Amino acid sequence: MIINHPLLGPRDAAEFTYLGDASMIDRPDWQAEDAAEAFYDYAYLRDNLAGEHRELWYHEAGDRSWLVVTRDTTTHEISKVELARDVARARGRSK
Amino acid sequence: MTQSNRLSGGQIDRNTTVNFRFDNRSYTAHPGDTLASALLANDVRLIGRSFKYHRPRGLLTAGSEEPNGIVELRTGARKEPNTRATTIEMFDGLEATSQNRWPSLKFDALGVNDLFSNFLSAGFYYKTFMWPAAFWEKVYEPIIRRAAGLGSLSMEDDPDEYDKGFRHCDLLIIGAGPSGLMAALTAGRAGADVILADEDFQFGGRLNSETLSVGDQNASDWAAQAVAELSSIPNVRLMPRTTVIGAFDHGIYGAVERTGDHLPSLPAGKPRQILWRIYTKKALLCAGATERPIAFENNDRPGVMMASALRTYANRFAVTASSRVAIFTNNDDGHRTAADLHAKGVHICAVVDVREDAPVNYDYEVLSGAKVIDTKGRLGLTFVEVALPDGSTRTLDCGALGVSGGWNPNVHLTCHQRGRPVWNEALAAFVPGSNLPVGLTVAGAANGRMSTFGALQSGAEGAAAALDLKGAPPKLPEAEDAPVAQKPFWYVEGCKRAWVDQQNDVTVKDVKLSYQEGFRSVEHLKRYTTLGMATDQGKTSNITGLAIMAEVAGKSIPETGTTIFRPPYTPVPISTFAGRMKGQEFHPTRLTPSHHWAKERGAVFVEAGNWLRAQWFPLPGETHWRESVDREVRQTRASVGVCDCTTLGKIDVQGTDAAEFLNRVYANGFAKLAVGKTRYGLMLREDGMVMDDGTAARMAEDHFVVTTTTANAVSVYRHMEFVRQCLFPDMDVQLISTTDSWAQYAVAGPNSRKLLQKIVDPEFDISNEAFPFMACGNITVCGGLRARLFRISFSGELAFEIAVPARYGDALMRRLMSEGEEFDVVPYGTEALGVMRIEKGHAAGNELNGTTTALNLGMGKMVSKKKDSIGSILSEREALVEPDVLRLVGLKPVSPEDKITPGGHLMNAAGPVDAANDQGYATSAAYSPILNSNIGLALLKDGANRLGEKMRLVSPLTDLTVEVEIVSAHFVDPEGERLRA
Amino acid sequence: MHDLIAITALGGTTPRVDTVAGVTCTENPAVALASVAARLGQEAKAQKALAKLIDASAPDVGQHAGGTIAAFWSTPDQWMIEAPFESHEDLADQVNSAMGDSASVTEQTDAWTRFDLTGDPLASVLELLCILDLRKISAGSVACCSIHHVGCFVLCRSPEEFSIYGPRSSAGSLHHAIVTAMRSAL
Repeated sequence: MIINHPLLGPRDAAEFTYLGDASMIDRPDWQAEDAAEAFYDYAYLRDNLAGEHRELWYHEAGDRSWLVVTRDTTTHEISKVELARDVARARGRSK
Repeated sequence: MTQSNRLSGGQIDRNTTVNFRFDNRSYTAHPGDTLASALLANDVRLIGRSFKYHRPRGLLTAGSEEPNGIVELRTGARKEPNTRATTIEMFDGLEATSQNRWPSLKFDALGVNDLFSNFLSAGFYYKTFMWPAAFWEKVYEPIIRRAAGLGSLSMEDDPDEYDKGFRHCDLLIIGAGPSGLMAALTAGRAGADVILADEDFQFGGRLNSETLSVGDQNASDWAAQAVAELSSIPNVRLMPRTTVIGAFDHGIYGAVERTGDHLPSLPAGKPRQILWRIYTKKALLCAGATERPIAFENNDRPGVMMASALRTYANRFAVTASSRVAIFTNNDDGHRTAADLHAKGVHICAVVDVREDAPVNYDYEVLSGAKVIDTKGRLGLTFVEVALPDGSTRTLDCGALGVSGGWNPNVHLTCHQRGRPVWNEALAAFVPGSNLPVGLTVAGAANGRMSTFGALQSGAEGAAAALDLKGAPPKLPEAEDAPVAQKPFWYVEGCKRAWVDQQNDVTVKDVKLSYQEGFRSVEHLKRYTTLGMATDQGKTSNITGLAIMAEVAGKSIPETGTTIFRPPYTPVPISTFAGRMKGQEFHPTRLTPSHHWAKERGAVFVEAGNWLRAQWFPLPGETHWRESVDREVRQTRASVGVCDCTTLGKIDVQGTDAAEFLNRVYANGFAKLAVGKTRYGLMLREDGMVMDDGTAARMAEDHFVVTTTTANAVSVYRHMEFVRQCLFPDMDVQLISTTDSWAQYAVAGPNSRKLLQKIVDPEFDISNEAFPFMACGNITVCGGLRARLFRISFSGELAFEIAVPARYGDALMRRLMSEGEEFDVVPYGTEALGVMRIEKGHAAGNELNGTTTALNLGMGKMVSKKKDSIGSILSEREALVEPDVLRLVGLKPVSPEDKITPGGHLMNAAGPVDAANDQGYATSAAYSPILNSNIGLALLKDGANRLGEKMRLVSPLTDLTVEVEIVSAHFVDPEGERLRA
Repeated sequence: MHDLIAITALGGTTPRVDTVAGVTCTENPAVALASVAARLGQEAKAQKALAKLIDASAPDVGQHAGGTIAAFWSTPDQWMIEAPFESHEDLADQVNSAMGDSASVTEQTDAWTRFDLTGDPLASVLELLCILDLRKISAGSVACCSIHHVGCFVLCRSPEEFSIYGPRSSAGSLHHAIVTAMRSAL
């Protein structure tokens, strides 16, 4: 597969390490009332779709950027590639 | 007589004669021949024995689709089984051997299988070898392995080099026949970067096999001229002898270039084959078509061949399989072969055409509405029996029979992304469907454009469309453009043994039988009969098998389904996939800065990930590794030892939020760590299990040097980047690996400070007061070399870790050894390191095994609840904090010489030994030369409260029971006085 | 002055040189390296300081620039600084003062081993080593890629001169790959 890296352009998927569902960006608040339950969901319950899936890839043999890749798991068609850091910020993560 | 079957003309170099051997007999040939054409030229028709029945077999085709003509090429370690004689390019000194025969090709003892064919029909494995079950391993399997199978391996290492490479282009053209050449000319002239690949050593495809003309030229001359023009275009790269084996995602194609297979021997350093990964946005498949056979009684006899192959042998290689040839056809193309052979002076006995309205030819006899019903000849064809429409039969005296059942487009690569071909009624063949790999289009015969002009035109159009070329299309040369209609004729009725898949010995009857036995899906048919599952992937048999099944089922072929093809298009040696990653270079190796020194000292090395680490340093006279390891431990604990710990991962963490960042990734706190101090850090996964441990040294307010275990260096760094980029993107923190930057040595033992004081420059005070336990700092050594010093201990002794720039690591190690002589310094390896950490009760890889929590390891209190850190919430899950969870303890055998076996389970001193009564398991074991006893670490239920208890350590698998005492994991210096000394 | 003798990444006291046909591969330990990572929110300031240090604009993605002290892009907001080892062994300190509080600086001199490939045709050697589309690479380009499963930087100084940086500990494997490719291609 080819992943079109937002900074480096098209790169072979062999240069990347796969993590999984991009929902792992949405780490729960550790002080919330339901933290235990929320963390359980976060750690164990992931989507595994047949179809368009947002997933995390790490450019290990490249620039070490984490990317959010939108990929159709049935065709491997990649419709969007974003820097995970931008996605994280857009989803309200900070520090 | 040599080359008795050689004709005039052809595209071989008659000025040069080369010698080759087949089954230990010498023959001659010419450059430009294949092994197949050379064997035919020398009147060798019998090439091998079939897979299952050991029937005599000869060549069927002239190309890579060949099911029968497979041989062992070369000898000794270079012997390559299952190579197709039809694709082996002739060279001087070539040696090949027939395979799958014993004792000889002409007399094969296992030919007896053929007599028992009634027992070896479809699914015979499943039916025959079922009972008794115990016979399978001991009786059936060895017999089957001896009898079946094709070539044999040399059982020696492959001595040749192989390589891998990467190429990029705008348009990859697969196949250099008329459509491929025309496409390359169109794209190349327009300035596009083109790769034109063809499996053949000579470009031109069928143009080299025909007597047609293109423009005012002979077809093969036109091809040669096109190749000459393409060679002169700098943006066109020609890759002959290159098979595109697979179409992968997003425009990635695999291709095998046979760079050395046509050479008698490889020049030094040159690869035999290169596996290319070709990246292209667009690809044009111009793979042509493959002629399909008609099945009839004994159609596998040597001499029965594809009609188009006879034409190729005659026109391109100037060879005829026999001086007397008959043709069996259902279409006009068979007549073309007859005409070409006749023109070359070969006697055409007759053309047997199943059509009532077969075209008449006055040069030779045409038998319309006739069928071949049998063949004769012990090891090669001598007679063909023909049934005439009036019910009479006639015998044709001939040495070769050309069979033509029409042409199948080569759709293989269009299926590699699960694209399904569609049935074309006019051609009675499958053509590429609409669901092609992204960026791939198809031209020429592969797309059902069977005429020469159609191929040229669709090649030009295909290239223009793929590259979105504007402007007038190129002027195309004139060429034959006869419409092609194929009316299917799959097999002759009423045969007992009519072969469909000759490589796997599948007959028409087998296909019918499997349907009758309930195998209704094509995929099941394949697996039950093994049709199409041989090394040729059924290139000449799949469609026929499918057609027969459709007929039995009373359905149309498209209703019955189709099988699709997988990579590789043709077989690829495993060595080619390995490339240069073999032997010692199977994976990259990492060497520490003291590696060369350690090698000089005779160290024994162990692989730790990609690293090679010194395991122990044997001295002369030491015959057992334990002697060396015990000595290293004793000497270190008695005085001082040095160990290379460069392999520990090192990550530089900087930024104003560096401390807070470490607070998040470590379970314990780092915010309050003073500058100049180091702290042990425990890293959890989000599920609460321990991920890794290490130390973090605060070099400045905003600068930490973090270490990880050797094994987890890469994954911890990846994890920290994840935390930084995905979880806390607004933290001001910067990360970079410095693992390789620094040569780092543990200097351990009561005399370690004294040794280091001789090396550390005097302005740096490393006394216990100035540089206490867990101190760290930048220093200089040996007169000014920058270095880092950490007072940390893995051995439990007074110990330091000292780091210098890697290039000086070798010199520093030598210096430590020479300066340490007065203290009897000893270098120690990973074994002694392991013994000492077990003696000290430090958890390591065996305990950080992915299933343990901080609590299990006796570090539960380290998990801070006052801050957000990864894994802290889930580490409190109910089941993980129950009172009797596993706890790290020490094990001491009641008899010191009894060995502790890691993986062994702990059972109560009395009572049953079973899973229900399992109390825990041993994780690590060593012999402690300090305690003069075997010792171990274990995870034991409620272990902290069971010290002193006697238990049994059992390993039912190895029939082991050892009586052990549960003790503190800290065997040596439990109060930690030594490391603070 | 200290008295410790350095060895090269391949373990020699002098750099290893291999020539096959018209291409030479030279181990080059005579380079000091330091990484510069801009602090959060100080990216502009860091780029300015970097530009001053290398006397050229801070290199963009996939680029390298500079003179005696040069820099190449390595990851977002991070660069690697190159300078002659002989005169700049303390490069990290020098860069640190130049960058002030705008960036984090880390010594990288011995984190890497460098092989310089010179001669012609380099493209036929490089296409056996790495995935890079050499059509898109020209003088001034830098790309990260995997060679022999080792993460490397490939710098194009001119079509006849490339530098390959790989992790120092993997120097032997990387050297094996390069020289094997040279023998294979040339």
